Amino acid sequence: MDERDRVQDDEAKGPPETDPRIAGEKHPVAKMIGIGVLASLVGIAITLWIDWFPEAGSTSANKIDTLYDVLLICSVPVFVLVMTVAIYSVVRFRAKPGDLGDGAPIHGNTRLEVIWVTIPFLMVTALAIYGWITLDDIEAKQPNEMVVNVTGQQFTWTFQYPSEKLDAKELVLPVDRPVDFRIHTKDVIHSFWVPQFRLKSDAVPGLTTTVRVTPDREGNFEVVCTELCGLGHSTMRQFASVVSAGEFRSWVADQKKAAGGGAPAGGGGGQASGPDAAALFTSNGCSGCHTLAEAGATAKVGPDLGKLGKVNAAFIRTSIVDPNAEVTKGYKPNIMPQDFKDKLSKEELDALVKYLLKAQG
Amino acid sequence: MTFAQRLTRPGWYRAFLGIALGFGLGTTIVVVIRSLYGWDPVWDQDAIVTVGALIGAPFGYLIGIGCFDYWFRWASGAPTIPEDHSGHGAYSWRDYFRVNTDHKVIGIQYICTTFFFFVCGGLMAMLMRAELAQPGTQFVDPNTFNGLFSVHASLMIFLFIIPVFAGIANYVIPLMIGAPDMAFPRLNALSFWMLPIAGVMMLTSYFAEGGAFATGWTAYAPLSTDTPMGQQFFTLGVQFAGASSIATALNFLVTIITMRAPGMTFWRMPLLVWANFTTSLLVVIATPFIAGSQFFVLLDRTLQTRFFDYQLGGDVLMYQHVFWFYSHPAVYIMMLPGFGIISEVISTHARKPVFGYRMMAFSLVAIVILGFTVWAHHMFVSGMQSWIRIPMMITTMLIAVPTGIKIFSWLATLWRGVIHLRTPMLFALGFITMFTLGGISGIMLAVVPFDIHVSDTYFIVAHIHYVLFGGSVFTIFAGIYHWFPKMTGRMYDEGLGRLHFWLSFVFFNLTFGPMHLVGIDGMPRRVADYAEQYATWNAIISISAFIFGASFLIFLYNMIASWRHGPAAVGNPWRANSIEWQVSSPPPVFNFDEVPTVVAGPYEYGVPGVVHAVFKEKEPAREGAVPAPAGGGGAPPPVDDR
Repeated sequence: MDERDRVQDDEAKGPPETDPRIAGEKHPVAKMIGIGVLASLVGIAITLWIDWFPEAGSTSANKIDTLYDVLLICSVPVFVLVMTVAIYSVVRFRAKPGDLGDGAPIHGNTRLEVIWVTIPFLMVTALAIYGWITLDDIEAKQPNEMVVNVTGQQFTWTFQYPSEKLDAKELVLPVDRPVDFRIHTKDVIHSFWVPQFRLKSDAVPGLTTTVRVTPDREGNFEVVCTELCGLGHSTMRQFASVVSAGEFRSWVADQKKAAGGGAPAGGGGGQASGPDAAALFTSNGCSGCHTLAEAGATAKVGPDLGKLGKVNAAFIRTSIVDPNAEVTKGYKPNIMPQDFKDKLSKEELDALVKYLLKAQG
Repeated sequence: MTFAQRLTRPGWYRAFLGIALGFGLGTTIVVVIRSLYGWDPVWDQDAIVTVGALIGAPFGYLIGIGCFDYWFRWASGAPTIPEDHSGHGAYSWRDYFRVNTDHKVIGIQYICTTFFFFVCGGLMAMLMRAELAQPGTQFVDPNTFNGLFSVHASLMIFLFIIPVFAGIANYVIPLMIGAPDMAFPRLNALSFWMLPIAGVMMLTSYFAEGGAFATGWTAYAPLSTDTPMGQQFFTLGVQFAGASSIATALNFLVTIITMRAPGMTFWRMPLLVWANFTTSLLVVIATPFIAGSQFFVLLDRTLQTRFFDYQLGGDVLMYQHVFWFYSHPAVYIMMLPGFGIISEVISTHARKPVFGYRMMAFSLVAIVILGFTVWAHHMFVSGMQSWIRIPMMITTMLIAVPTGIKIFSWLATLWRGVIHLRTPMLFALGFITMFTLGGISGIMLAVVPFDIHVSDTYFIVAHIHYVLFGGSVFTIFAGIYHWFPKMTGRMYDEGLGRLHFWLSFVFFNLTFGPMHLVGIDGMPRRVADYAEQYATWNAIISISAFIFGASFLIFLYNMIASWRHGPAAVGNPWRANSIEWQVSSPPPVFNFDEVPTVVAGPYEYGVPGVVHAVFKEKEPAREGAVPAPAGGGGAPPPVDDR
């Protein structure tokens, strides 16, 4: 017989029951199906019982959680099927010591192969359609959206509320109000993610990306950067607060008052003190790497700026504009960005130097 | 031999001379150009390192060690040194440190080199897990940490998984198809000797100013165009690894197409040959794209081109598209050879024909084609045109179909076999279960809304390690154990092999399983520090990772001790059908004293009287017959007759 014929040769070798090793067993396949169904049910129960997600904080969250549950329900039986057949075969068909025999010369079974092409095909097609519907659902435009501009930079987030004409260092959102985040970056790629909202998008230089979220639970959540953005990437975590509409309005009012009558922070506002150094410290990303008790910064990438010892203004100024001029022992050169000379105006630099000098006590 | 002779003949002396000359030449070019332009400083350290150390020195080393001698002589019209076969076979350990054109020597050179880098990458993983065992900063600062995971991933991908498969295939494929060697033995040697350059560059990047490259193995622009010097060690290292990979793939394609033994039709090729054939197609088509992406970065960094500076007309997302157009097919470059190994191992150790052989081959081809249509599933949250996500989701999920065919066919191959649970078989079974999990999480990740949540979290870390460790590396272990007797002529220790399997299987799952959980719960990846709430799981993961890492020492000991003192192996210890097992262990220097003739498919277990190949007419070679030892009147060596 030509081997090509043999490849096509299907069940001619007789049903599996003729194998002496499973001859005494009635319906081994039925038995495996029974075990498989049972194990699948147990597996599904366990995987659904596990508390996978952080608490749901947006209207999209529940849809994504449900989608994941459906994925689990489809996946567990597939895994159980593979495990059942593998374990059953190993137990049943394991060679006895000294057994030099060969297995049954089965080359294939067209019917079986058609089945295991068709069923996975239908399964993934169904899941893809479900995924598509869910995606359209969670990204649909909502009425009465509030636009919030999110700007990433090494290693901090800042937020801007165009409708309120407000710049803020923290993200505060009114509950149940749809938000349209417009995401930007000042330097490299970042990724804006609030795990409780389940949604994220990269912040890409030159592009404005969007994420639509309707927060539906009050609380404090973390804003996490998930795209590697450099040295302080792991410290690029901030808080988002979802509050009631009333609290949001009073927060906006407070912020405006603090910023000096509605002008965006850092915009001067006619105050004698010039630029707000504490704001500059955060908005320029200093707090992403340095500890400074007064600014509430606790990062440990660079030296603690509250403990510089006996230093003068000239030293601090040089250290900001030319960080490699003198590197603190135990730290490496070329880590701190070297472009603050261009980024900061003279007034801003003066304010920062004064602020840091004062912080030494 | 006098010192002067040593410096002029191919070898390490001349290689070091070449490194010095190459570095000198590069430095001169930099200094001359800079002084002509009047740039200050003339002795620019970064430029000298780039041109002298990262470009000039490697070429000097390749020329010095002797990769180009034959070609240079031929091209210049000088008489070539007649092939005296001194470049074939290895008679002492020193022969493995020379340019050698024997595919079996090159195979072992590949495997040992890549396992060296596997150990380096593994130690970095251990250091990372030590740092992540608890929140805060304990052992390494964030810069070093970012360097650790970047170099770890780059070594594992470019210096271990991809080339170790090339190494195994180098050894096995010519034997399997009944060929005396690869089609281009000198190109084969060049491919190998380019590889350590890439590895050494990635390792030495730690000594660059500002530390090792710290932008991940993905090196996304514009972060990578704006970081310290170490990045250049990656962008150029990848070029050498990529060139090595492309040259080898080309070699496999030509070898498999033109050098099969008489009677070996495409439908009689073992599935490992099919797997390497399809993998090589992927490599040849896709690898130039990563070379391109890294050249863009290099030019942006060194020549102030503006590929990725959006303010001057650049496009940041272009990097990701070009990068993933290689790097997604690369996932299959790292998986298809493993599929081939598993087919060989399962059918041999279960003593049954591979179920649905033709579908197994077709599914490989289907994966190659579909593999080029899914790259943007790595970019669902990247800000690209949103409509692309849907077709990419569908094609990604469709890849599950051919992959499923393979899993189910292996299971059906086990059914009613006579299963010998030797170490290679254990790793094959471990592979099937772990890869199924990795495949399932892959399907989940293809579903866009779920992917948006878990993108760039530890769920991705879990998924990739289930696919690349539970998947690829388990197949590598299976393959190494399976062909160890053939390569070394000795048997490994079965008990230690099983211990190695069970320890790695259990602690692999304890290490990477929980990462699914912390990822969905909100822990981002590539972080040196994390929020308190993930502390418990991370401590468990770290402890498991240490035991998991230690289990590799058992493998290392087993391999080294067995290679030196193991019991001698017979030609065909597994009573396998394919041709490589029909010659002695290790095989004769020129593989076959007599060219085999293929008379049937490769997996005719249990079919009475049918063998895959015969060496003399009507004489089955399968009954453990060992052909006459090498030497007398062997097959003609692969000399080209120009």
